[in-house]
Amino acid sequence: MHELAVCQALVAQSIDIAQQHAALGVAVIRLHIGPLSGVEPALLQSAFPLAAAGTLAAAAQLVITPQPVRVRCKTCGADSEATPNRLLCGVCGDYHTQLVSGDEMLLVNLELIT
Amino acid sequence: MCDSCGCNVTSGNRHLAYKPVKAGTSAVSVLKKLLAHNDDQAAHNRAHFDARGILTINLMSSPGSGKTALLEATIDALKDEFGLAVIEGDLETENDAARIRARGVPAHQITTGSACHLDAHMVHEALHQLDLSGVDILFVENVGNLVCPASFDLGQHRNVTLLSVTEGDDKPAKYPVMFRAADAVVLSKVDLLPVLDDFDPARAELCLRQLASTVPLLPVSARKGQGMTAWYDWLRSELAAQRARVALGKTAKPFIQLDGASLHAHAEVSV
Repeated sequence: MHELAVCQALVAQSIDIAQQHAALGVAVIRLHIGPLSGVEPALLQSAFPLAAAGTLAAAAQLVITPQPVRVRCKTCGADSEATPNRLLCGVCGDYHTQLVSGDEMLLVNLELIT
Repeated sequence: MCDSCGCNVTSGNRHLAYKPVKAGTSAVSVLKKLLAHNDDQAAHNRAHFDARGILTINLMSSPGSGKTALLEATIDALKDEFGLAVIEGDLETENDAARIRARGVPAHQITTGSACHLDAHMVHEALHQLDLSGVDILFVENVGNLVCPASFDLGQHRNVTLLSVTEGDDKPAKYPVMFRAADAVVLSKVDLLPVLDDFDPARAELCLRQLASTVPLLPVSARKGQGMTAWYDWLRSELAAQRARVALGKTAKPFIQLDGASLHAHAEVSV
């Protein structure tokens, strides 16, 4: 359960950005989270109010867009969808693949109250 | 409008910049890693290590898979060849640091209370408690946990994940985030294989390869001295590689880095 630590980092970053823009508050926080990032969207949602309490982000809505797991095959070049524990090429089955998406843990954008 | 270096803006997420929003609010596109603050501290730690020519290795595994035993055997074998030091992470006790110090190597224990992982700030504080002069390899023994430690960069150059044969051989399939983060996987306690009929090393390797991992899988028994030569040789070659990088003013991050397709290669970045 490290989602609270991640949420605290998220709130600190959001507040920094809000202050840089002289905002009155944060209305929306948008994240991209992939299943291979090691954090769970549902746990982030429940940890967020605790981390944000009493800050400029206290009333913010947390919008998390889960990202699909996709791999690119180094052998046949195909892009395909995969599952977190089976990152094989969906076309030729090779394991020499590169992750194209699925491990994101990104703060994408904020809507600030100005 | 990434206010760091722009490296997280890719063709896949560029469209997220500037969206019309309702009056009274303004959208700010950020595209920053959630753990940017931790990662900044990790980069600072890494710069410390590089300035001293130190190779730092983060050991991760379940509790009880033999991280400390692997370190004890490694210290006995290599302490005359290299300067070694250890940072220990546990919820409580100085037990592991005491075991390392008993072998004549400096060790600092971080007790995390109830935190399930080490982060870059904890390691930075520990560095101020540890004399790094003459150290060639610094080991960080992370909190025994196959989940959380994989998400936090500490400033290490390489990750090593242990899988003991007393666990399930499908651990890599169950904990893909952790095993994908490994630069090398140590299969520990292999001397027990003859009495364990439910652990198949071939199945463990298959589960690892299905994570698109091409890293070495090193079967060892630290207590019985089996397979340790391959582990020592891996350490020697990683230290040589680190020294070559430092000479060129470069550094290295562990093989898999979170966030962004642009980083899914062995990251050799200039400092």
